[in-house]
Amino acid sequence: MIVCEQVRKRFGKAAALDGFDLMVPKGVVYGLLGPNGAGKTTAVRVLATLLRPDSGKVEVAGFDVVTQASQVRRRIGLVGQQAAVDEVLSGRQNLEMVGRLYHLGARVARRRAGELLERFGLADTGGKPVRQYSGGMRRRLDLAASFVIAPAVLFLDEPTTGLDPANRNQVWESIRDLVAAGTTVLLTTQYLEEADQLAATISVIDAGRVIATGSPAQLKSRIGGDHLDVVVQHAGDLDAAVTLIRARLATEPSVERELRRISTPVDDPITALTQIAHALREKDMAVDDIAVRRPTLDEVFLHLTGRTEALA
Amino acid sequence: MTIAAPTLRWAVADAITLTRRDLAHWARQPGVIIANTLLFPIMIVLMFGYLLGGAMTVPGGGSYREFLLPGMFAMTMVFGIGATMVAISADAARGITDRFRTLPMAPSAVVAGRAIADMLTAVVTLAVLIGCGLLVGWHPHGPLGDTLAAVGLLLLLRFAFVWVGVYLGLVCFANPEAVTAVRTVEFPIGFLGNPFVATATMPAWLGTIAAWNPLSSTTSAIRALFGNPTGGDHSWIAQHSVLMATLWPLALIAVFLPLSVRRYRHLS
Repeated sequence: MIVCEQVRKRFGKAAALDGFDLMVPKGVVYGLLGPNGAGKTTAVRVLATLLRPDSGKVEVAGFDVVTQASQVRRRIGLVGQQAAVDEVLSGRQNLEMVGRLYHLGARVARRRAGELLERFGLADTGGKPVRQYSGGMRRRLDLAASFVIAPAVLFLDEPTTGLDPANRNQVWESIRDLVAAGTTVLLTTQYLEEADQLAATISVIDAGRVIATGSPAQLKSRIGGDHLDVVVQHAGDLDAAVTLIRARLATEPSVERELRRISTPVDDPITALTQIAHALREKDMAVDDIAVRRPTLDEVFLHLTGRTEALA
Repeated sequence: MTIAAPTLRWAVADAITLTRRDLAHWARQPGVIIANTLLFPIMIVLMFGYLLGGAMTVPGGGSYREFLLPGMFAMTMVFGIGATMVAISADAARGITDRFRTLPMAPSAVVAGRAIADMLTAVVTLAVLIGCGLLVGWHPHGPLGDTLAAVGLLLLLRFAFVWVGVYLGLVCFANPEAVTAVRTVEFPIGFLGNPFVATATMPAWLGTIAAWNPLSSTTSAIRALFGNPTGGDHSWIAQHSVLMATLWPLALIAVFLPLSVRRYRHLS
């Protein structure tokens, strides 16, 4: 549904997209993950016909975004970083206006506005001016506006930026519903959790190009497999516990002394877990926590970009 | 759902849809719009007409209030630029313009809808101001044809400044300071002209600059057409005020309409 080949876009001297490649199949949520300034928003603006690429091929729903922009526009929806809705008008008036601009006709536009208000949980407040809406309600109205026609491709550019967790969950729910209805979604985010929650496939983007692509699980496995974490109860036991783990698992554990935590990569997590738990109990070393965990997307991201600071 | 191909019919329909959006703003917040467009000229009329007007004499004779009112009409038309600019830049800054640009609507509709809505506002504003003028003792004394011609010239002036406003709004939307700056410059433009005092009373060089202000040409022209005191300016431009009140706005439109459309197409 989305094809980008060697797309370049410069703003003055800075290259926002620098050989950007992307291939998104139909009917999935595809995550574009990267820090501020990585080129995510530029990529979305090029795909949504708002920005002309300097070079490269860009197709959305089978049409070229430069030469067939109006064909593309009949098949896409865009939810940008700010809710692009008229503050003075009511939610219903906003949706009717968008429906008319899609040339649905007055009657169909009105009916569609009603359906969408219902579906996005705004039926009660549909007549009120948007100015009185909460941040989450505006977001949902914005989503509804990009769903006036069921678009083949929906671009969501950091759709939950600035929302509290409850509202974020509501927006996520709405997005899942849309995908269930057959829409292909390209989601940009700097929240790793968001990509993990929603996206089947993720491309990590840095400095205007894709540096890694895969499912969240595949990306996580790229920096090694599972880890065993042990938190000892008494700081005095730390060194003895490290020696024990090193001897039993033949690995080199890392230690966070303030947290009293020892972490080590393991090949066979279940065996390692039972073996170490047993050994620690034998030595009378009290444990606050012992668990096997997969690396977080945060760690994957830091590993891939070579950055030292976490994102979100 | 199927969507018809874009045609001229859609260009008109889309412009009407966006005009209706602005009319809905009127319906939802009439107070704000009245305050923005009418309060200022009415206040000026009261201030200059009654508070300061006693000390004013019009060169060539005639009532100061009859001299002042046409100036207020023209100035209000020019000051409409602020409303146009704020509306255009607010939409662009809030991402609403981007939403329109991703819809399969006629690209011309965004600026055309703005222009139609602003012209409708101008007609209503002018009607109210003329009503206020009649209340404070201003009258058109010329034939009906001349009076209508004067109203036409006023709306032409507003139309020209719609396009100046659209262009400046599209250029400045990314920084709010620029919008404020333009709105501040309105005032010297209004005062560096002949709406309040005749250019004949100014130092010669300043009078010449003021006389060449597009606002002055329209003011002089409608004073003549309404049969109101003209302030005794015998310069070439004042003597050809109806011609200049037509040429100035047409020149502004010729420059700023294409610039606005071009700017809209190349928004990024």
